[in-house]
Amino acid sequence: MQDPNSTDIKTFFLNGRPEKHLQGQTIADLLAAKEASGPGVAVERNQQVVRLAEHVQTVIEVGDKIEIVRLVGGG
Amino acid sequence: MTESTLIAADEPLVLGDFSFNSRLFLGTGKYATYPQMRDALDISCTECVTVAVRRIPEDEPAGERFLDYLDLERYTILPNTAGCFDAESAIRTSRLAREMLDTNLIKLEVLGDQKTLLPEPVDTLKATEILVAEGFTVLVYTSDDVMQAKRLQEAGATAVMPAGSPIGSGQGILNPLNLRLILEQATVPIIVDAGVGQSSDVAIAMELGAHGVLMNTAVAAADDPLRMARAVKNACSAGRDSYLAGRMDKRMYASASSPQTNLITS
Repeated sequence: MQDPNSTDIKTFFLNGRPEKHLQGQTIADLLAAKEASGPGVAVERNQQVVRLAEHVQTVIEVGDKIEIVRLVGGG
Repeated sequence: MTESTLIAADEPLVLGDFSFNSRLFLGTGKYATYPQMRDALDISCTECVTVAVRRIPEDEPAGERFLDYLDLERYTILPNTAGCFDAESAIRTSRLAREMLDTNLIKLEVLGDQKTLLPEPVDTLKATEILVAEGFTVLVYTSDDVMQAKRLQEAGATAVMPAGSPIGSGQGILNPLNLRLILEQATVPIIVDAGVGQSSDVAIAMELGAHGVLMNTAVAAADDPLRMARAVKNACSAGRDSYLAGRMDKRMYASASSPQTNLITS
């Protein structure tokens, strides 16, 4: 969660790391910024999957926990 | 007469909406290179390959991408929940995989500890029940515990996947008796998953009557992965044929193969 003592920079969490929160940034914006758009990627916001069709209208809030995952080799 | 007219064709292995002629399932991890993985999958003639779900790395140098080497038209992709140590994270991973691949197939693994990577039975059962209720086709990894296998199939798993031995250990089928007991009570396909070390292990599993074998490290970590891919392909079909053919009864004493009459005498 947001550190109450830190008043300057508001953040959300991307894959467990704090990330600067930008007002109005959507999941689609975030994927584009991280060059992670396209197939083979899935997104979770606060432990709920954000469907691909919802990426453009899902706005990231301060303190959100966002996960962006992809497929890798595994057994 | 050709072989195919003399020997009846095997039935495909059906898992939910999916049907496979190859009973060999291959993982995509641990290969030295992506091209090596691609070639091993090709040579093995597998029709279903497992993949894992992971966070995108923070900084990744541009280069070859895993998916560029995986023919999504050719293979059915079976995402796994490897690395999950509780039901909740396995369920979240399953939902993400479904979103990514538009598939209900999931290889459910809920592990108990890092050292053994043995499955955690209570959370495995719990996650199976929830995922089945959500419409997933659940292929569930378990130890070779006979009663747990029964519970998982009763919970609605599409296939139960007992370990031959711990993941990546290459120790083979350590308890063939348990596997036989699991197979005897099975109402769903049983796919031996984990611990397979070489082609003979695959043949043993299939001869015992397993409906399929899933493996990764034995191929990827072989000195020559492509040759091992071919070996396990052959072992899988050989073991299956041997099972279907029905082995002879074991006997205590010798039984001559050549006639015992009309021998020359001194």
